[in-house]
Amino acid sequence: MRSDGRILLAHGSGGRMTQELVEQLFGKALGNPILDRMDDAASLEIEGRIAFTVDSHVVSPIFFPGGDIGRLSMTGTVNDLAMIGARPLYITAGFIIEEGFLLTDLEKIVASMKEAADEAGVQVVAGDTKVVERGAADGVFITTSGVGSIPSGVSISGSNARPGDTVIVSGTIGDHGATILSRREGMEFEAELRSDCAPLGGLVENMLAASSGVHVLRDPTRGGLAATLNEIAFSSGVDIEIDESAIPYQGEVRATCELLGLDPLVLANEGKLVAFVAEAETPAVLAAMKSNRYAADAAIIGRVAEIESARPRVYARTLLGSRRILSMPTGEQLPRIC
Amino acid sequence: MPLPFLDEFRRSEHVHALMDKLEERAGRLDGPVRIMEVCGTHTMAISRHGIRQALPENLRLISGPGCPVCVTANTDIDAFIEMSLIPGVIVATFGDMLKVPGTRLGLTQARSLGAKVQVVYSTLDALQLARDNPASTVVFFGIGFETTAPTVAAAILEARETGLDNFMVLSAHKVVPPALAALCSTPELAVDAFLCPGHVTAIIGPEAYAPVARDFNVPCVIAGFEPADILQSLAMLCDQVADGRTEVELQYKRGVRPGGNPAAMSMIDRVFEPCDADWRGLGTIPGSGLAIRKDFADHDAALHFEVDVSYSREPRGCLCGAILTGQKFPGDCPLFGKLCSPDHPVGPCMVSSEGTCAAYFQYEI
Repeated sequence: MRSDGRILLAHGSGGRMTQELVEQLFGKALGNPILDRMDDAASLEIEGRIAFTVDSHVVSPIFFPGGDIGRLSMTGTVNDLAMIGARPLYITAGFIIEEGFLLTDLEKIVASMKEAADEAGVQVVAGDTKVVERGAADGVFITTSGVGSIPSGVSISGSNARPGDTVIVSGTIGDHGATILSRREGMEFEAELRSDCAPLGGLVENMLAASSGVHVLRDPTRGGLAATLNEIAFSSGVDIEIDESAIPYQGEVRATCELLGLDPLVLANEGKLVAFVAEAETPAVLAAMKSNRYAADAAIIGRVAEIESARPRVYARTLLGSRRILSMPTGEQLPRIC
Repeated sequence: MPLPFLDEFRRSEHVHALMDKLEERAGRLDGPVRIMEVCGTHTMAISRHGIRQALPENLRLISGPGCPVCVTANTDIDAFIEMSLIPGVIVATFGDMLKVPGTRLGLTQARSLGAKVQVVYSTLDALQLARDNPASTVVFFGIGFETTAPTVAAAILEARETGLDNFMVLSAHKVVPPALAALCSTPELAVDAFLCPGHVTAIIGPEAYAPVARDFNVPCVIAGFEPADILQSLAMLCDQVADGRTEVELQYKRGVRPGGNPAAMSMIDRVFEPCDADWRGLGTIPGSGLAIRKDFADHDAALHFEVDVSYSREPRGCLCGAILTGQKFPGDCPLFGKLCSPDHPVGPCMVSSEGTCAAYFQYEI
């Protein structure tokens, strides 16, 4: 491959260089019997109800402490499937790569994808590569879709929250968002922040095995916990009240947020979930969560209540014991001026 | 990373003890007391921690003109947006300005029309932008109070020293004490006490409020930004009102020194000179702005680019001006939460991360 170690437009032409890239880079890292057939579509065996999802990844910077765009693309799709109780099985990946992108960086990204896929027990079974002119993309964009099977009897949905349910988070909040923000151009500062980027299929399996009282699962990605709780309140037509002091945070995340004037409740998470669980089943679910390495810091942070006013609301009980609204976040989080 | 300071100021038993103390002090008051929190960061902290709802009934907190984005007049915002449309200009600004609606269009719309708009996190980033783009002129929007003015002054000094001729500033900086005096002179506004801004006072020193306290008989307490700081400061203000004292007291001792920060003040003095400034809601206040001195005219975007903003006006129906001066509450505005929301803001108070309407929308109503 004579390309001076960089992606060329010819890598996306469909000709010999595309073939080389697919075989030598993607196939070498992600290969499995289904992908290796190189057919136009993957032939899959799946039993029962199917869960099917798609997600695009455009993160900047592409490499960050705790992960990179490759790991993120796998975990994001795996988690989307897991959040309706499905067992993630197969993933497809489409790459849009900017001309000039370093092949060594692409190799690192694909190696991360493989590592995350193995960890999640999924296979990448089909892919697509396009190369665009320099300046037409920001390095690399990855779109992944995934399918999984939903075990019989499992019914998880954002519309299933019921008054009395407890609200549980699987761990510290805001780690990914704070990490990405701290690495943006002009914002770099010394803090030992790491993204929480992780596949949660195994955690969900543990939870569902422990109890049938899990009503809602959701990974609070963009918009953070605040957006997720508001979405669930709206979908289920209930109020939610959380206790601010019960929410787990890493010290570094809190410090970063205080410094920049940001609210950790609206920062993205990529390896956490929120669960709404029947009250009586909460101890069993919490114990199952804590036994999983991705939920050792799981904590009950609130409860679902009957709807009080004309529209569903999320309330936060403050340090002073007063109650404030936790609203749907708007726009991008930006640091304060003074 | 442990946060000993933060944890101490947010410890539940500590905060509840301060609440009890505040109840007791408020009990000594003859009637209702209106306290203005001047600073936007205080407004946000009060809303975020649910302090307003927890206050004794006879205390009322009124949000004042302490949000740098909100008090910037539309003429200044429009001038900056016009500059963004000049070929060869890159405008640099803090993120809050992006969504503020100008009279004709906002910066995000200007960007969609081809304007080069760059969000920066510090003035140093704006300087770097100028270094990286020698063929363009970078115009930084200098807004904010005494807290941000020194950093902008430092950037102008560095641009001068390093010969960075393509770095300019449109200065709409404002200073706080004259605005407090103007507020006290507003007959409709009956404010009994001021909760003064900690960050600004770290620069200008507590003494800067002495004329306000003396001439208008208004007690002042300079407060920190944690719930414990704010509760303790309110108790101190209650004491002053109950005792009939009008003094400037410093609660935020860990952040503010007597005399402020002379180095920062001298940097402001070197680069800027006082000028009359237009404040949204307060009109023109003599001596309340900071204009770039003639010595640094090469870096003054207002002198370099002539833009026509004769069309400028305040948004129709928007009560931001009255809200900034504590004469109205966000809920009084007919647009609030209906035509005006953080996604579709009509006025700046709904946009800024320190805006009163944004604080109420996000946390309280």
